[in-house]
Amino acid sequence: MEAFTTHTGRAVPLRRSNVDTDQIIPAHWLKKVTRDGFEDGLFEAWRKDPEFVLNRPERQGATVLVAGPDFGTGSSREHAVWALQNYGFKAVISSRFADIFRGNSLKNGLLTVVLEQQTVDALWELVEADPEAEVTVDLESREVRAEGVTASFELDENSRWRLLNGLDDISITLRNEDDIVAYEAKRPSYKPRTLPV
Amino acid sequence: MGRTLAEKVWDDHVVRRAEGEPDLLFIDLHLLHEVTSPQAFDGLRKSGRKVRRLDLTIATEDHNTPTLDIDKPIADPVSRAQLETLRRNCAEFGVRLHPLGDVEQGVVHVVGPQLGLTQPGTTVVCGDSHTSTHGAFGALAFGIGTSQVEHVLATQTLPMARPKTMAITVDGELPEGVTAKDLILAIIARIGTGGGQGYILEYRGPAIEKLSMEARMTICNMSIEAGARAGMIAPDETTFAYLKDRPHAPEGADWDAAVAYWKTLRTDEDAVFDAEVVIDAAELSPFVTWGTNPGQGAPLSASVPDPASYEDASERLAAENALKYMGLEAGQPLRSIGVDTVFVGSCTNGRIEDLRAAASVLKSRKVADGVRMLVVPGSARVGLQAVEEGLDVVFKEAGAEWRHAGCSMCLGMNPDQLAPGERSASTSNRNFEGRQGKGGRTHLVSPQVAAATAVLGHLASPADLADADTPAPAGV
Repeated sequence: MEAFTTHTGRAVPLRRSNVDTDQIIPAHWLKKVTRDGFEDGLFEAWRKDPEFVLNRPERQGATVLVAGPDFGTGSSREHAVWALQNYGFKAVISSRFADIFRGNSLKNGLLTVVLEQQTVDALWELVEADPEAEVTVDLESREVRAEGVTASFELDENSRWRLLNGLDDISITLRNEDDIVAYEAKRPSYKPRTLPV
Repeated sequence: MGRTLAEKVWDDHVVRRAEGEPDLLFIDLHLLHEVTSPQAFDGLRKSGRKVRRLDLTIATEDHNTPTLDIDKPIADPVSRAQLETLRRNCAEFGVRLHPLGDVEQGVVHVVGPQLGLTQPGTTVVCGDSHTSTHGAFGALAFGIGTSQVEHVLATQTLPMARPKTMAITVDGELPEGVTAKDLILAIIARIGTGGGQGYILEYRGPAIEKLSMEARMTICNMSIEAGARAGMIAPDETTFAYLKDRPHAPEGADWDAAVAYWKTLRTDEDAVFDAEVVIDAAELSPFVTWGTNPGQGAPLSASVPDPASYEDASERLAAENALKYMGLEAGQPLRSIGVDTVFVGSCTNGRIEDLRAAASVLKSRKVADGVRMLVVPGSARVGLQAVEEGLDVVFKEAGAEWRHAGCSMCLGMNPDQLAPGERSASTSNRNFEGRQGKGGRTHLVSPQVAAATAVLGHLASPADLADADTPAPAGV
């Protein structure tokens, strides 16, 4: 995973709530067997409308998505995170994320930042008035900064440490191999098995 | 202090607990399918890792599979390639696979329970958000992303922060004609698509205890639609009777030991939930969705709401967008909404009891002219059982299409899709924009409402059919 420390970029205001992962990346894109090449599928249906915010010339090259509440609901597809990253987004800001999407994002180095809706509103107003306005997402100081906006955000220390260092979860877990072996040894015999022993 | 059901199952699976770290949980059962696993197997290959516990892993094919002509090569080359990738990965790593055409193939969340692999007090994961289905057995079951699929394949564990717990207590008894689907749609409308976010839900109370395993699975299945990763129901005699003699259920002394453990899996009297919602079952009636998220629902007897009636600005905007997408007017009675397609199937409502319910409504009746009805069993086994009971004949005589098992029209990944602008009554779980095909419009319903809607051509319940069957008295 790529490490995330701090990022500054222009933003896309997405004034929609309940953006489900079917909207982020429609199901027919899920037939691919790689983690890349999803950028053209990002918000595919909405992008057919030339007025959709992502299509506006002033939003090209923006890297921070500022979305409405309940972003990433629905399907567990990690492809939604890959699509956002493939397109160029480094961070997503919302007042509430769906659990599975949030977990997926943090495992891929896409920083999802929870801010109060009031702050999201302020960011929307700022970047709608001035598309050149930059937003800084600083994981080291756990702070979002933009003109007239300074807001701290929470992220548990363990997730933050993994992100700052770009650490791979599997190798961290395998350091505790002894614990896994010990647990396996005491599992009851009635637990289900998919194969004959 | 006592513990909740979720806390008991969680505690029994902690491999490692350390200050400042998420708990490391052992996973008892890992279900795989073709869509969310290819990149995980790739990851294993790149790092030279193996599947740690092949005996706790099983795969099937469901999302991409066609439900017609399953003995012919799959027409879509991309779908075919994804299925072939799963077959190659399972062969290379030694994972048990039930491919298309196999008698145990089907929607992954129908297959696990029917094999008896889903058991009380187990942890179950799958790269699919509807893994919450398995919570109906008192299992802690949740959907995971592909990175986590790789993690479980490699380590049989997952680092997880413990969610909070929420009790959803359903008092009273469901009225005649009101189903588990109506109940869960009403719950989601009440608490919202984000209401369960950060929680494990426990459905409890007299109305839940009376439900069959199939109905409990319908409820737990849609926990994710309320934002909760997992939903659970305490195991009881209904659960044990369902599991007894299933292929992977414990036998002999193991059965006795298992049941003794399963009986301990109840929330203690003095346990405290972080939140509680109480629903009165007696107040419920058939429930359908009108919008583009599963929380946008209402009783069938109601009308499409007026977006202006929402105080919250973001809800108001969401309702406006939904009405526009769905092609509906505020104030329009829900019963006046005509449909083109009716879909009975999916991990929500594709089990034998669901097919029986739809067939009982369709028997001696016909699907309305101009309406297409698809009936898709949740698994090949469910299909065989339905044929044995003659349900396929009922469906075909009514003019419905009887198909092979798969996810089918629940999501737009296989040939079963809505055309742009087409409207469906669907027993599946998501009414998102384009979910059933680009531009398609979905109303989520129970199997009974689906069947009645197919007959009348507009959203309807079986009670409306009884009215339609009885000619109005002369002179009225």
